[in-house]
Amino acid sequence: MLNLLELLSFGPNGWGDEILQGALLTIELALVTLPVGIAIGLAVAVAKDSRSRALRAVGDLYTTVFRGLPELLTLFIVYYGGQMLLTRLAGYVVEGAHIEVNQFVAGVVALGLVLGAFSSEVLLAAIRAVPKGQKEAASALGLSGWNTFRLVTFPQLWRVALPGLSNNWMVLLKDTSLVSVIAISDLMRQTSIAVGVTKQPFFFYLVACLIYLVFSGLSSVVFSALENRASRGFKRVGGH
Amino acid sequence: MEPFLGALGEGFLWLMGLIGLNADLMSRYGLRFLDGVWVTLQLVGLSIVFGAVLALPLAIARVEGGKVLSRAAFTYSYFFRGTPLLAQTFLIYYGAGQFREQLTDIGLWWFFRDAFNCAVFTFTLNTAAYQSEILRGGIQTLPAGQMEAAQALGLSRVLAYRKIILPQAIAVGLRPLGNELVLMIKASAIASVITVYDLMGVTRLAFSRSYDMEVYLWAAVLYLVMVEIVRRVWNVLERRLNRHLLVSR
Repeated sequence: MLNLLELLSFGPNGWGDEILQGALLTIELALVTLPVGIAIGLAVAVAKDSRSRALRAVGDLYTTVFRGLPELLTLFIVYYGGQMLLTRLAGYVVEGAHIEVNQFVAGVVALGLVLGAFSSEVLLAAIRAVPKGQKEAASALGLSGWNTFRLVTFPQLWRVALPGLSNNWMVLLKDTSLVSVIAISDLMRQTSIAVGVTKQPFFFYLVACLIYLVFSGLSSVVFSALENRASRGFKRVGGH
Repeated sequence: MEPFLGALGEGFLWLMGLIGLNADLMSRYGLRFLDGVWVTLQLVGLSIVFGAVLALPLAIARVEGGKVLSRAAFTYSYFFRGTPLLAQTFLIYYGAGQFREQLTDIGLWWFFRDAFNCAVFTFTLNTAAYQSEILRGGIQTLPAGQMEAAQALGLSRVLAYRKIILPQAIAVGLRPLGNELVLMIKASAIASVITVYDLMGVTRLAFSRSYDMEVYLWAAVLYLVMVEIVRRVWNVLERRLNRHLLVSR
């Protein structure tokens, strides 16, 4: 047991620092993906809520495709497909050009596309939960379009969307592990490297699992604080 | 929905035309892809069924168990829902390799030696955690009067569960269970990482030999078709099973 713990020490003999670096990269990846995914999700939600039939169809198509595809497949398509597509496009400009897609960027794009599909459903429900009268009242008060969104619609939409988005975030956090397959040095990959050297798969993968558990535990603390803040103007059933 | 599916098909054909459909590739790997689909279906089918068998006692332990039992069931589902399936799969597949001697001693090595078995085993444990949460949620939405009435009629607790509580809990949980099935189809692609030749595994093999993006698009279409079929069948099923709950529509 003591030997196993030594393997986790920081320094040349232990894997603690390598795994910690991986864990930080995992967090970084998830945090960079979050705004990308939410922005896509918001755009798709607005498209699905629009009056134009074509836009609605595009929004539905987007959601069906990226919710239906395995995340691993989306990742491969973005990574290899993006590489080939960009190389082909670059070939028109410069003869024989070759473009390498950065794995981190591919990971962010792929996870962002998936998160966009899932969060669009949450955001759509939230958009529809804000009564039309709110907007009308805001414009009656003379608020501009942007101010209406910022001061009236968004705070209400946010409250409804938070629990769903918190769910989306938890799924995203776990999905980041998939990028290890395209050789990003995230938590999962660093763990696999440690396993390759030490031949202690059970111990190291268990450690990795526990780190993911800590991340989701911390996330739920943050999200419940956010939810409390977002609904501070609301009296809930059962008091508080 | 119909025009939308048409758009899906047209979009696919457009993509195929853009890249140029590769007939040679289709003849070389077509059958292998069908094998891959079959392996994926087996992975999902076995895991979902075994997972459901395991989820039932877990859910009941959460609701009825004492402090220890319900805690244990909660910890189980917290672990499997809070960690990535990829990590769980590695934990079991490579972890089993580490304990080869012990597993041979208790006569279980033949099972864990095979990547397919390990995948089914991991997916079963994983989906059991999710299914037990769905079932527990379903049970806990029922008013206490249901159980009280059953007992007033002289039904034993077991019988009350079988005849009254569980049928209603499953009716409540039917939609999330369908979602879980879809999630499992998608998640099963992870088996390809531990050398199982499911649809994703076959696709990766074909791509590594041909370097033709088309194979990924085939896989995408096959996965979408599977997911779409499940969704539609589930909608029909839900309508049929919950028809007593449907208000005029």
